[in-house]
Amino acid sequence: MKFPEKLNKDNIAFRASVELEENSYVNLGIGLPSLCAKYIDKKKNIRFQAENGVLGFDDLSQNNLQNPDYMDAGGQFLAQKPGMSFFDSAESFSMIRAGYIDVTILGGMQVSEDGDLANWMIKDRGIGSIGGAMDLVSGAKKVIVTMEHVTKENQYKILKYCNFPLTGKNCVNKIITDIAVIDVTFEGLVIKEIAPKWDFDMVQELTEPELIIKDIPKEYQVY
Amino acid sequence: MKKTEIFDSFISSLEGISDGMTIMVGGFGGQGGQPTNLMLALKELNVNNITLVGNVAGISMITGYGWIDQDKKNAIDHSIFFENKQVKKIICSFPVPSQRKPYSEIEKSWKNNETIVEIVPQGTLAEKIRAAGSGIPAFYTKTGVGTIVEENKETKIINGEKFILEYALSSDVALIYANHSDEFGNLVYLGTSRAFNPIMAAASKLTIAEVDKIISSKLIDSERIGTSGIYVNRIVSKKNEIS
Repeated sequence: MKFPEKLNKDNIAFRASVELEENSYVNLGIGLPSLCAKYIDKKKNIRFQAENGVLGFDDLSQNNLQNPDYMDAGGQFLAQKPGMSFFDSAESFSMIRAGYIDVTILGGMQVSEDGDLANWMIKDRGIGSIGGAMDLVSGAKKVIVTMEHVTKENQYKILKYCNFPLTGKNCVNKIITDIAVIDVTFEGLVIKEIAPKWDFDMVQELTEPELIIKDIPKEYQVY
Repeated sequence: MKKTEIFDSFISSLEGISDGMTIMVGGFGGQGGQPTNLMLALKELNVNNITLVGNVAGISMITGYGWIDQDKKNAIDHSIFFENKQVKKIICSFPVPSQRKPYSEIEKSWKNNETIVEIVPQGTLAEKIRAAGSGIPAFYTKTGVGTIVEENKETKIINGEKFILEYALSSDVALIYANHSDEFGNLVYLGTSRAFNPIMAAASKLTIAEVDKIISSKLIDSERIGTSGIYVNRIVSKKNEIS
């Protein structure tokens, strides 16, 4: 099958940002998820949390404001703003574990039909970095995974079963890729949106488990 | 109990640290909150066979992670102890960057079977350390259930949900960083430079705090103290404003 052009990372980040509800507390993972901050509608009053111990930041600092004492967990420097709060690592993960974080957006290497996530170690490397991902997927109220739909070699990333070491079991609620938006439900993977110029069969071709159609999928929201 | 000792030399402040000890290194993993001068002194002291405890351990020297642009080329992280073959084992949450090449010093040591790398979820690591400093021997958490973190660990169903038993983690020494202190060892942190510093201070037999300056207790803001001096055995700074 010949496929149309996929959406880019900024489109994925924008689409993920649409998911965030007003006044929510949100933790963004390193890489693609952190791009979401760029597209948040400021009127929504989203409060970002970073696991190194800060809540209430939005803008990342200008280069000329670099200060090592004000950083997010991805190593980007933060502008100081009214309403921020700081805490140590134990308290940071207490709030994560206890379910105070409404949404976490993370990157993914593999997601299974049951909502298992693998994102910390490529199997044959044998060493990887868990960081805060396991705590976030077990503690946050909603887990959104943003990733490319298949690998660079066109291998499935959405699988019946993950074969990389897991970050969490049955933890993913929504998958936002460069071609589709998919909800993880008790019945299986429900397709919600399809990228412009793509159709259901094309998305299914690149997805190992069978996708379920409930309502007619909408066109993927692009900015 | 001895009163908090004040040092102006980083290497002198490490007196008593010996081979085989477990040493916690504070901060998060970037430049902020990291006791960089104490780390350089520990390398110079050249003790061997140590067990290190840290969070993000060996990323900055590969990627520049968490260092401001003007300091990036001099970035220091836990890798310096691996380069120097001082480490028997490291317990941390983030030992390697996602990119595979060039290999970090930690990955090289791990590949050569020189070092054991124990990877712990960050929140579990923080809580293990907090527990040790709070007189709590172990706790249950849902983090890691259904993953390799659960392997060989006791679990328990509580209110219908599965939890893993995790044990407290203490150490012989903690090397930590704060912005400033007073002569009692009370520490004031700025912004995100708290991270693992306060919990490590409480979890160790010997806590050594690097600070940018030491000021008089008459001038420190008692309402802003992040770590009480009770946990701090030694403070070391090049700038002592107590006359």
